[in-house]
This record gives sequence, structure tokens and C-alpha cells, in this order.
Amino acid sequence: MERILTCIGCPMGCQLTVTLDEDGNFVSVTGYTCKVGKEYAPNEIANPRRMVTSVLLVPGSDTPLSVKTAQPISKGLIFECLKEIRKAKVTLPVRIGDVIVPNVCGTGIDVVATRNLE
Amino acid sequence: MRDVIIIGAGVIGCSIARELAKRELDVLVLERKDDVATGGCTKANTAIVHAGYDAKPGTKKAYYNVRGNPMFDQLAADLEFPFIRNTSLVVAFEGDDLQGLYDLFTRGVKNGVPDMQIIDETTLRKLEPNIGTKARAALRLGTGGIVCPYEMTIALAENAVENGVEFRLLTQVESVRPEDGHWVVKLASGEELKTRIVVNAAGMYSDVFNNMISSHKFEILPRRGEYYMVDKTFKDAFNATIFQLPTDKGKGILVSRTVDGTVLLGPTANDIDDKEDTRTTAAGLAEVLEHASMTWNNIPTRNFIGTFAGIRPRPSNGDFWVGEPDDAPNFFNAAGIESPGLTSAPAIAEDIAKWITERLNAKMKENFNPKRKAIPKFRELSNEERAELIAKDPAYGRIVCRCETVTEGEIREAIRRPLGARNLDAVKRRTRAGMGRCQAGFCTPRVVAILCDELGLDPTEVTKFGGESALLTGRIGNRKED
Amino acid sequence: MREIDVLIIGGGPAGLAAAVAAKKAGIDNLLILEREEHLGGILRQCIHNGFGLQAFGEELTGPEYAQRYIDMVEELKIPYQCETMVLSVSNDKVVTSINPKEGLQQFKAKAIVLAMGCRERPRGALGIPGWRCAGIFSAGTAQRFVNLEGYMPGKKVVILGSGDIGLIMARRMTFEGCEVKACVELMPFSSGLKRNIVQCLDDYNIPLLLNHTVVDIHGKDRVTGVTIAEVDRQTKKPIPGTEQYIECDTLLLSVGLIPENELSVGAGVSLARSTQGPVVDETYQTNVEGIFAAGNVLHVHDLVDFVSEEAARAGEAAAKFVKGSIAKKSDGVPVEEGFGVNGIVPQIIHPELLTEPVKFMFRPRDVYKGARICVDIDGEEVLRGKPHMIMAPGEMASLSVDPELFKKKGDIGKVTVRLEVRA
Repeated sequence: MERILTCIGCPMGCQLTVTLDEDGNFVSVTGYTCKVGKEYAPNEIANPRRMVTSVLLVPGSDTPLSVKTAQPISKGLIFECLKEIRKAKVTLPVRIGDVIVPNVCGTGIDVVATRNLE
Repeated sequence: MRDVIIIGAGVIGCSIARELAKRELDVLVLERKDDVATGGCTKANTAIVHAGYDAKPGTKKAYYNVRGNPMFDQLAADLEFPFIRNTSLVVAFEGDDLQGLYDLFTRGVKNGVPDMQIIDETTLRKLEPNIGTKARAALRLGTGGIVCPYEMTIALAENAVENGVEFRLLTQVESVRPEDGHWVVKLASGEELKTRIVVNAAGMYSDVFNNMISSHKFEILPRRGEYYMVDKTFKDAFNATIFQLPTDKGKGILVSRTVDGTVLLGPTANDIDDKEDTRTTAAGLAEVLEHASMTWNNIPTRNFIGTFAGIRPRPSNGDFWVGEPDDAPNFFNAAGIESPGLTSAPAIAEDIAKWITERLNAKMKENFNPKRKAIPKFRELSNEERAELIAKDPAYGRIVCRCETVTEGEIREAIRRPLGARNLDAVKRRTRAGMGRCQAGFCTPRVVAILCDELGLDPTEVTKFGGESALLTGRIGNRKED
Repeated sequence: MREIDVLIIGGGPAGLAAAVAAKKAGIDNLLILEREEHLGGILRQCIHNGFGLQAFGEELTGPEYAQRYIDMVEELKIPYQCETMVLSVSNDKVVTSINPKEGLQQFKAKAIVLAMGCRERPRGALGIPGWRCAGIFSAGTAQRFVNLEGYMPGKKVVILGSGDIGLIMARRMTFEGCEVKACVELMPFSSGLKRNIVQCLDDYNIPLLLNHTVVDIHGKDRVTGVTIAEVDRQTKKPIPGTEQYIECDTLLLSVGLIPENELSVGAGVSLARSTQGPVVDETYQTNVEGIFAAGNVLHVHDLVDFVSEEAARAGEAAAKFVKGSIAKKSDGVPVEEGFGVNGIVPQIIHPELLTEPVKFMFRPRDVYKGARICVDIDGEEVLRGKPHMIMAPGEMASLSVDPELFKKKGDIGKVTVRLEVRA
């Protein structure tokens, strides 16, 4: 079977036509115009990953704390990740880079602070 | 037993309240909304103090318009609301029958309008270099002016309160009935108030109350008008208020600067069914542009900052109802007040107050204070005055509305005053915060925070204009599934 | 009146970068005036990533990017005042400001860098008919409520405009548990970055309705729904019969950013119609001697990295100006927008004064595949760039031109930057 993807590697946004086997595994891709698209397609099929950014309330601070996953995580875990962020207990002060949720959803990737809060 | 209950706190109700405040009388104003000047058309009209040529001679409209017009100078000075006598021009364009101008002139003479001249195209273009290319002649009215109708109403109300008048907001009147020589005013809550005199200033619903107590019935037929608003870059586009020849439905579409320096285009005149339907429509707005472009050939559509609509409380017989029905003694109508109602307000108030005074044999107050201080307008102060203000109160050193240069001090004052603001639109009407180019994009979060601080509200309780108009639906992160 | 060598109006990314550059160029008597309580500008509420790839070689979130520059400002001990609103700038560079602590202050500046950023176009400017109820927000105001105040503006959302702020908020609101029903876009293309369409709409199955607009807003006190309609490709007017009702309680508007130049106009700075920002030369100096402009106040950017780069050049130029080492300006040569080019910056160059390459920036008027950027001098082509795979209005284009190209031409009347499209 076939799937159409838009490569997000550059502003070109090439339309990629990806051929999959009956188990949904990547077989081949056409439509890319550079190697970024050629590499994007199998990764996006097998294990699409995204950076997740969000905010959470911190007692004692009017400004919510903004956070991010230190690396892109599996796209399917985004909402679980957001749930773990919401449950995190944070105490002031916070510095950029502080780990807010270690090893989120068992990915080995931490959620870290992106704002300094006093 | 009250002396007087006034139903409605629009410009009419508040004008009457302030007049009555000069007397030793127990006066109560009942308003169904959570603020004055917000239940009807007081806050949404063209803001013109009319010269008075337009109304049919012999009508109450004509009489009160011409009497009210000259009262604005003193009133505006005493109550510190903005009023500018910028003159009016009724312009005849190519294809119009110039006789129309002469007819208006004649009508003006009959109505007693002073300072009128018919001017030719050359003179017109000298006065208004930006007038449309097809303009041919005009009727100039020296007494025409512009005002801020809601600031005026707020000023009247504040002065009335200072002089002893009581206001009850969020208080809807359900019915009025006569009983044993007085009136019983029943509220929607069930509470009943006894009063000697009732004043019906209920605007869109003034027919409802009149028709409960008199056999001389009328109907209020809502007629909506839509407007565009142009930003202050064009405040000098036109000096006078520019009218076109009137139609059978009203004075037609105007181009007028406002006291704030914005420019209004409108209104249309569409009969509608719903007295509360203040929606703007694609057709209505298109009509505004179509007609206004005769007056202003290159309307700067890139500089629109807003649109709005107001509803005229048009009386079915075409004229104001001012006075006591012969079958309902001590019930005074100030009803069916559509245009030129704003201009007529001070004069109507004078008469109503005089009649009530005579009826109740009331004495004038010795300590009536006619003056009311406006909230300081930071944007209009000199640098010296600004520095002084900030030294007294640092809240004046913080700008909240960047587009209109409104300070935190002014917003807090607007909330703290008697009949103070309780929601965003009420803050807006008192300070102009949110009325500028970005239309409250920048200041909304800050005004919300100040309202919460002053009134002990949670941000989710702050509304745009009361009722169900809350802005924020909850805190982030509050999830049922967690 | 305090005298300041370089006064910077705005402590967002542009102001911070200009200040750092001016300080590094040897100016100590500097001052940044910022109206918010913190430095950082709009970046404080842009909690998503995508910033810094060019400037730092890292992908950072907005607050992190801002903090890099704030740290530099602190390290370099650059003076700044927060909660300070500039009320006016005079033609002779007197800056009047207020704040609660110092009250009214006036500064006499030798050079000023305008870095006030931009504002969002509101519903009123578009004249969308219907009720004027609660629940209508510009996307940036909603973003501030969610990310800086911690409050939700609504639950069921329709977004008008597919610019980046609208796309980012589509994802943001989805992350906060809202139902984003659709993103409605007037044009046949999105004005946002392609990767944002994928990461903000496609990932969450939010439909992008191109060639559509909102024609009515329902709900007396609070939004209850919107009516959308398809528009005619040419006139952009709604096509009768194509109306659709979408139930929602929130309408977010992402319908254009407008540079904030009220202060600039007050100082006598001339604005260009196509950018709505000041007319500047290759040093980012405006028509008023000693007043420079950079960042979104000059023209609306897509990537903050280019804001920092531009602002640094403006800051350096302001420093040079104070030191007297910017040669006296001639009128300069106008730069015109040729085919396909919109909002060119700079709009004036001084060929005889150029010491480094001129970076022209502009927005393509349409979507073009395989277009080349060309430069003409007095109608004669002098530069024909290599083809770009794709150019779109949503992505600012740039071209660096060697100064020699202008110097060897003698007396120049005008320069034109244009696109050459494949036949």
C-alpha cells in the first residue's frame, strides 16, 4: 500500500510517496529531491518522533514553567508525555536545563525546564 | 415609600436622575444591566449633538433637540465629559435635488435653529478639502457638535450619586401598577418597591411599561444601525460632521470624527425584530461603505479598527413620549427616545424634573454640587502633570493600554468609583483601554489582572460585559482524566 | 535630562541583540527601555522550539533563546529599565518614558535603535460580521494567557489564518485538551512554515481549509459557533452557497502582524508602504539622522535568528554613528521592488559607502518554484542568482550582494530586486 508524506526537512515540503508492505513496514519512497527526504521517509514511517513543549503551573510562581523534551520522542507518546508533565511536582527556584520529568514515558529522554523561575 | 423611581440608566435616565438630584427628593434608579449606559443605544450611536433642522416642526423631537443643543457647553464643563462644537454639514451631491437643502433650511427656521447657512461648492471645499468630488453644496449648521455619549452618561450618574441619588444595577423591573395613590414597582426578583412617581426611561422597553398603565399605547420598533470605525491617523480628514441628504428612514450615512479622534462611518437603518440583535451584517457594512464613499472618496479600509451596531428605540408614532399620560397620574414617560435623543436629553430632563418638583412640591437642595471630576486622562496631560500624578500614585506610571496610553492608575480609578467598572467593556468605556488599534489584544491580560485584584475575582470570573460573557474557561492543566 | 549615547527602545530579541552589538563596538553609555516586567519580548510566550538553529547551532525554545541574550546583557553590564513605556520620541532624539519607580524620564540620545516589534491585526480591522461576544482572541493574546498566565481561553477552537502563530496555537490548544476544529485560511496557500503545517495540524488531524474565511460569528455573550465560506480565488469574496457552520466557543485570529511604528512616525521617521516599517539604508538608519530600526518593527520576520543578525548590524551602525565614523549621508539610491518582490529592506543604499555585503530581505508575492533572485542597476541586469527550489510568501527570502557590484557602476539612478520565474 501507499502513503503520502510531506517532508519537513526544508521549506520545499516535497510530497513523498511511500510504499509499505502489508504489515505497514517501509519498502521504498519516491518524490524526494534530496537525501534529507530520502532519509526522512523511513524514519517517519517506522518511528516518527517529535519534540514536545508545554507549560505547567508551579506553586509560588505567577508565571507557569515552560518545559521541553530534551530530544524528540516517539510521536505516539506525546499525550502520555504531556500527562506526566502535568503531574510533575516542581519547587522554586528552577533553572533552564533542570530535569522536571526524568526518563519520560520510559523513553530515556528527560523533560527539562526552558525558563528560569525564582 | 420613595419619591421617584427611574426605570433605566441610559443617557435619558441618568440625565433625569442628575436633574432630580438638585432637589430634596429620594430618588432611585433601577437598571437591569450591570452598568449604566449599556442596556440600549446610549453606548452605540453616532454621538452627534444635532442642530435640529431634521425633526418635523411641531414635534417633541424638534422642540427638545433645539432646546437641548445649547445646554451641552455648560453640562460638559461641569461634568468634565468631552464635547466639541465642530459644526455639521449636510452635503448635496451631484444628482441630488438641491431643493432638499433648502427644505432642510426652512425646517430649521421653523424649529428655531440658529446659525445656518447654505454654502456653495467653493466654500465647502475650503472648509473640507477631503470632501468627495461629487459634492456640490451644503447646509452648514454652526451649532452641530460631537460628544461621548457613554462618558456623558457615566458623568451624569456619578454626579447624581454624589448628590444623593441611589442606583441599583442588575435590577430588572417586571411590572408597574397603581395602588392607593402611589405606584408599585415589582422587580423580576419578586421584590416590590413603593414610590410616588415613576419615570419611564426604559429605552427599548419603554413601550412595555407605558402599555401596562395607560390606554395610550405605543410600540418600540427596533431599527438597527451599523458602523465602521477608522483609526486616529485620519482624525483630521474632516472637520465638521458630514451628513448626506436625509432619507425617509433617517438622517442617512454620516462621516464624523469623534471626540477621541477616530472617525465613524454610518449608520444604516434596518428594521429588525429582535430588540437585542446588535449583530453587524455583511450587507449592512457594505451599505455603509457604499454610501460613505460618496462623502469620502478614498476610505482608508486598511485603517479600520472596528465595526459595531446600535439599535434605535423607534416609537411607532414617530415622536418622543415625554410627559404624564392623562390616564396615569404621577407616571412620567421619557420614552421612545431615538435620534435626536442624545441632544434632547438635558432638555427632557429639565422638564421632567420641573414637573415632578411641582407635583411633589419639592425644595431645591442648598448643597447640590454640580461639578464632577473626570478620571485623569493621562494621554492628554502635559509632562509636568504626568510626573506629578505618578509621584502621587505610582500606578499612573504603568501603561496598560499602549494604543490609547491608558495607565493602571486610571483603570483602578475606573473600578473604584461609585458605579465603577465590573468588567472589561465597562473599563473600556471609562478609560478607552481596549479601544485602540490593537482592539485590546495587548491590554486584555493586564486589565483582567487589575479587575481581579480590585474586586477579588478569579480570572475565570472576569467577563467582557457581564452575563455569560466570561473570557477564560479555566486553568491550564486541569484535566478530568488526570 | 540624562544623555545617552545609544538608546534602545524595546528589550525583545531585536533590542537585546542591538544592545550587545553596540556594547561590543565600544559604547558604554547605553540604555534599553522595556515595557514588560522582564526582558525577552515576545519570545517569553513562544515556548515552542525552532529558534536558534542559525544563531547558536542548536534548536531552542523561545524563552531559552531570549535567556541567551539576557545573559549576555547581564554579563556585559548593559543598563536596562523594565516596566518602562516610551511615550514619545522627538525628531531631535529626545525620548520621553514613564515607569512607576522613576516616574517620567526624558533622555537625550545621540543614537536610537527602534526595536518595538509588532502587533496583531484584530477582528475589527477585518470587519467580520456577527456578534461581538467574548471568546474572540488574537492568537498572540491567547498564547499569552496560556503560556504566561496559565489560563485557558476556551475549549472548542476555530483558528482563522494559517500564519505561524495560528498554527502553533492549534497545537498548543490541542496539547491543553481543547478540540481544534479547523484552521481556516483565505489564501490558496498557508502563510506559515511548511513544517508547522505538518507538526501542528497534520499530526493532530486538524483540517486546513484553504480558500475559506469566516463570514459570521454566532453567540450573544460568548461564541457558540462560526460560519465559514469558500472565497472566490480572484476577489476573495465569499461564494454564496458554500457556507458551513462550525460549532465552537473560541475563535483565534492569526490574520496579520503590523509593525508598531506610532513612536517612529512621531519622530518624523518615514515608513514604507509595503513593509509598514521605516525606510532604511544599508546600515538600518532611517531618514532621521541617528535613528536606526531593526527586527519586527522594521519588517515582520519568520526566524528570530535573522532578527538578531539584523539588530546586531543596526546596533553596530548606531555605535559607529555615535563615534562619528559613519560618513555623511548622501541621498542614496532607491531600491525598488520588481516582479515578485514585496517589502524589500533596505529601501536605500549608498554605493559609495558600502564596505560589506548588503543583505537584501523581502517576501515573495506568491509561491514560485525554481525562481532566481535578480538585481538590476538602472534597468540592466547585474546579478542573476541561482534558482531556489521553492519560494513562498510565508518564508522571507534574502540575497547578499557584494558591494563591488554597486561601486563599479559609477553614478547609479536606481536598483531593482526582482524574481525571474521559469517560463
